[in-house]
Amino acid sequence: MMAIPANAQTLAQKLIARAAGLASVRPGDIVNCKVDLAMFHDSSGPRRLKPMLEELGAQIWDKSRVVLVMDHYVPERDDDSRKIVRIARDWASEQNLPHVYDSQGICHVVVAQHGHIRPGMLCVGGDSHSPTGGAFGAYMFGIGSTEMLGVVVTGEIWLRVPHTLQMHWSGRLQKGVTAKDMMLHMVGRFGMNGGQYQAVEFAGPAVKALSMQERMTLSNMSAELGAQVGLIAPDEVTAAWLQAAGAPALDVSGWHTDDHAAVTRHEFDADTLAPYVAAPHSPANADVVGRYSGTPVDVAYIGACTGAKLDDLRAAAEVLRGQRVAPGVRLMVAPASQKDQLAAQEEGVLQVLLDAGAELFPTACGACAGYGETMGDNTTVISSTARNFKGRMGSATAQVYLASPYTVAASALRGVISDPREVLA
Amino acid sequence: MSGAAVGHRVWKLGADIDTDVLAPGHAMKHGIDKIATYCLESVRPEFASQVRPGDVIVAGANFGIGSSREQAASVLVKLGVAAVIAPSFSGLYFRNAFNVGLLLLTCPEAAQLQEAEQVALDTHTLTVTSDTGNILVCEPIPEFLLAMVRSGGLMNQLRIRYGKEPQHV
Repeated sequence: MMAIPANAQTLAQKLIARAAGLASVRPGDIVNCKVDLAMFHDSSGPRRLKPMLEELGAQIWDKSRVVLVMDHYVPERDDDSRKIVRIARDWASEQNLPHVYDSQGICHVVVAQHGHIRPGMLCVGGDSHSPTGGAFGAYMFGIGSTEMLGVVVTGEIWLRVPHTLQMHWSGRLQKGVTAKDMMLHMVGRFGMNGGQYQAVEFAGPAVKALSMQERMTLSNMSAELGAQVGLIAPDEVTAAWLQAAGAPALDVSGWHTDDHAAVTRHEFDADTLAPYVAAPHSPANADVVGRYSGTPVDVAYIGACTGAKLDDLRAAAEVLRGQRVAPGVRLMVAPASQKDQLAAQEEGVLQVLLDAGAELFPTACGACAGYGETMGDNTTVISSTARNFKGRMGSATAQVYLASPYTVAASALRGVISDPREVLA
Repeated sequence: MSGAAVGHRVWKLGADIDTDVLAPGHAMKHGIDKIATYCLESVRPEFASQVRPGDVIVAGANFGIGSSREQAASVLVKLGVAAVIAPSFSGLYFRNAFNVGLLLLTCPEAAQLQEAEQVALDTHTLTVTSDTGNILVCEPIPEFLLAMVRSGGLMNQLRIRYGKEPQHV
């Protein structure tokens, strides 16, 4: 179905050319693409789209290509939240939308876990972490609600064909070092706009060795690099994962950057990568964990699409098995999806966390984006989430450090920011 | 916004102004009028109450990094900000701004402009003239995006397409 252009191009160029119906595209070209999938949530979606669609008297171009996820204002905590979620639910039934996931988890994880995002597609999401879909070899990026309205009524979107920044990781990650550490290292090196809204592509043996969920963490935090997309060429890991998710059988061959395509390549060595921590108030404030170790923490937060998938929960449990968090430290766990929570329960991973003293929170965006139970004044937090902007997780005086779930768990265990390799040893 | 030289008062901000500072998470459940009252509260608490229609923001690099929430651009339209002038913008914010009718000028020398000075904007030549007469050249913007801003954003363009009356802010 999705024919691959024959000439030498980057993965980004191939994906855009396919969606634009062109044989090939060049970086800098502005093209119009057909959208294969539009995903939005309760905050960016119905409450904004419904009134605009009604005013225009316009209809959704193709309901089968729309996915709605209620994840931001659920569970509802006040009347305003109830109103927002009610609009989403009513609109979903009025419109008879075929793909709605209400309180099932965070959109970027839920849409992937239901096989909606597949190699070769061009997808948009009403959320900045939409580049997560790039882990499946789809050109997926975030847009605002007005632009989503444009997509919803036309089925199309314009793009400026990006240049590709290839992040090539050789070697293999050490035990206790994760995709999250790779990302914090890259964001620290290039800054939050270092991706210049171009296509970032993650490649090399250390990337190929990652599980699907770890790949999703890389693509997810492409947002923190300021890239439009964070692509990973699909392979047998992708195909197996999608098959398990119930997606139709697919051919992943061809969806990769050709050897001689023009890219800017940056080299990294996974063998020597240490766990990374980003200090308040920017993900780009990143350095090796040793720089911050010993800093006392009040809250250890394992949550969000970035840091509470099954693999993240497993990592935390590996550190905390048979142990309890340090006195006075609150360990908060908000699994990224119901599927992940259920799997963690079946594996015993969830029980390990609860036995260690974890408090379980709903499978929603929660405190990551300042919803749900947020961080109080002067609280020091170590979090597996993606962003530590001032005030984002609650109080403007909260000090939020970002780290991998291993590092968050190790810090909860000791009550101070700690290198998980010392605990795992 | 017009091609003629009109005085615009400058509000000068630093680098890395993020979406969560422009449209704070705690306010996101509200409509744009209410969110606008919290715009920049943690870096310039007086901004939302003292900004006047026609004022411009001059910022450092990476303006608008962070979330896809377009309210981070809509609040500035709501408050009457005529343009944001900065050496670089988040790409996602850039798209959102034009979609909601906010002009962004990518100006490598924006740092030369001073707090509270009056500048002139020329949206045809894409230049900013400081009150000392210094002319700063901005990067080109595709014509279809300039047309979108002139229309007052994508929604107005869609209103016209669907035979409805465009609205003016």
